[in-house]
Amino acid sequence: MKELIKDLADQHGRTRESLLPILQGIVKKERRVSEEAMSEVARELDMSAALVYGTATFYSFLDTQPRGKYVIRLCRTITCDMKGKKEILDTLKQLLKINLGETTKDNRFSLLETNCLGWCHKGPAMLINEEAYTELTPDKVSEIIDEYMKNEI
Amino acid sequence: MPDIKSKKLKRVDLIFAEDCNYKEVLKKTLNRSRDEVVQEILDSGLRGRGGAGFPTGLKWKFTAQEESDEKFVVCNADEGEPGTFKDREILLKVPFKVFGGMAVCGYVIGAKEGYVYLRGEYEFLKEDIQKQIDHFHKTLDDLGLDFRIKLLLGSGAYICGEESALFESMEGKRGEPRNKPPYPTQNGFRGKPTVINNVESLVYSLMICDLGAQKFQELGTADSRGSKVFSISGDTPISGIYELELGMSLAEFVEEFGDGDTKAVQVGGAAGFCVPRKKFNDTIIGFEGVPTGGSMMLFNSSRSMYNVLKNYVEFFREESCGQCTPCRVGCQQLLKGIEAVKRGDQPTTYLQTLLKLTEVMKVTAKCGLGQSVANSFSSIVDNFKEEMIY
Repeated sequence: MKELIKDLADQHGRTRESLLPILQGIVKKERRVSEEAMSEVARELDMSAALVYGTATFYSFLDTQPRGKYVIRLCRTITCDMKGKKEILDTLKQLLKINLGETTKDNRFSLLETNCLGWCHKGPAMLINEEAYTELTPDKVSEIIDEYMKNEI
Repeated sequence: MPDIKSKKLKRVDLIFAEDCNYKEVLKKTLNRSRDEVVQEILDSGLRGRGGAGFPTGLKWKFTAQEESDEKFVVCNADEGEPGTFKDREILLKVPFKVFGGMAVCGYVIGAKEGYVYLRGEYEFLKEDIQKQIDHFHKTLDDLGLDFRIKLLLGSGAYICGEESALFESMEGKRGEPRNKPPYPTQNGFRGKPTVINNVESLVYSLMICDLGAQKFQELGTADSRGSKVFSISGDTPISGIYELELGMSLAEFVEEFGDGDTKAVQVGGAAGFCVPRKKFNDTIIGFEGVPTGGSMMLFNSSRSMYNVLKNYVEFFREESCGQCTPCRVGCQQLLKGIEAVKRGDQPTTYLQTLLKLTEVMKVTAKCGLGQSVANSFSSIVDNFKEEMIY
C-alpha cells in the first residue's frame, strides 16, 4: 500500500489537486480506499487526514468499504428501468447469489446500483469496473458473468 | 406560454459534420482579433448547451475583460443528467472540434491551460481521448498557439456537473457548490477567471468561427438561436442522438419520435419539466418554452408517472451533496411524502404541502440541483395527480 501511494504521488504530484487522481488510482488497484490508505495518503501529501477523508467519502465511485475484484454497477434510472432493469438485477442476484450492496464470498463480484450511466438509448446498462455493457438481456448477462468467472481472482 | 409560432422539426448537421477542417478554422480564427471573435460568438446568439443557457459570448467577454496572471478554459464533460448521452458521442466522434473550441476560447480570453473534466462513468474513453489530445497538441504547435489541454476524471458525483462544484472537485475537494457570486468568469478554477462551457457549446463556438454568426442565427428562434443535440430515450422506436433546429413544438417532436401513444415527455432530464399530452401543441422546445440540456424521455400510456417521479426524487436524494439543508432534508421529505400519500398514510391534500416544500427549495437551496427539484416534482404532480394517489 505504502509503495502504491508513493508511486501515485510521484506520478500525480503532492498537492491538494493530486488528491482525487491518487484516490482514483488506489481504487483502481484495491477496489476501495481504506482508512489506512487515507492516513497514508495524508502522510505522503503532508495534509490532514480529515481532508483526505472528506474527499474520499464524497464520491460514490471511491468506495470505502471492501469490494470484490469486479464491481458491478447497474443503472437504476427510469429509462433503463423501463427496458427491463429489474429482470437484469434478478438475474445478477441469482447468478452471484448475493443481494444489492453485497460481495460474493470469493471476493470476486460486488453488486451495486448507480445513477444514470448515459446509455439510455441502449438500456439496460451496467458497468463492470470501468467497462460498459449495454442492451442487456438475462442471457447476455449470464454470458458476461461467465467470462469474468474464468478470470483468476 | 408566450405567443410565439413554433418551427417545423428540422434535422441539422453541424456538430457531427465531417467536412469541418478544424485546422483551417483555427488558423483563420487565430488571425482575427480577439474582440472580433467574441463579437462573432455574441452575434450568433449561442447560449450554453448544458441546460442553463447563459450566452456563451458573454462568458467569454467577461472573462477576457478580467485582469489576471492566469486564466483557464474548462470543458464540462460531466454529463450526468438522467437521459443525456450526447457529450460522450461528441467527444468520441469529433474530439478535435471540442478541443478546437477550447483553443479558440483560450486565445480569446488569454488562457494557456484547458481542462476536460470527464465523468467517471466514461473512464473507458480516457485513453482514447488522451491520444486525441496529444495529437491535437501537435496541431497547436504547428499553429504556434501556446495552449495545453489536460484530461481529468470525475468519480460518480452528479453534482460535479455544477460549475463551481466541478472546480472544487478539480482542486481535490468534495464536490460542493460554492456561493455565487462571484461567478467563474471572475473566480473559477484556483480562484482565477475561468470559462466553463459544455462540450456541445464549445463545438458550436468553433462552428460559428467557421461558418459565421449569420449562418447560425438563421436557425432557431429569437430566444433560442441555432440547433441542439438531443438525447432521445424512453418509449420511442428510434432512440438515439439527433441534432435538431431549436424552436419546434413538442407536438412536432412527438410525431417524429413518439410511438403513437406518448402520454408525456420529460424535457431536460430529472431537473427538467414533464409536459403532458394536452400541452404538446403549446410547448416550444427552447428558452422561450421549455429548455433542455438535451435529455428527452418519452413515456407512453402504459407507464406509471408515480414511478417516474419516485425515480427522479430518489435520484436527487442520492445526489444532493448534503451541504445545504433545504436540498438535503427537502429531497428526503419529498420521497417520504409521495410514498406516504401513495400508501394512504397521508391525505391527498398532503401533496399541496409537498409542492410548497419544493417552492421553498427553489428559493433557498444553494445551487441549481436543489432549486430544480421543483421543476419535475410540480410538473408531474400537477399534471398526473390521480396517478400520485391511486
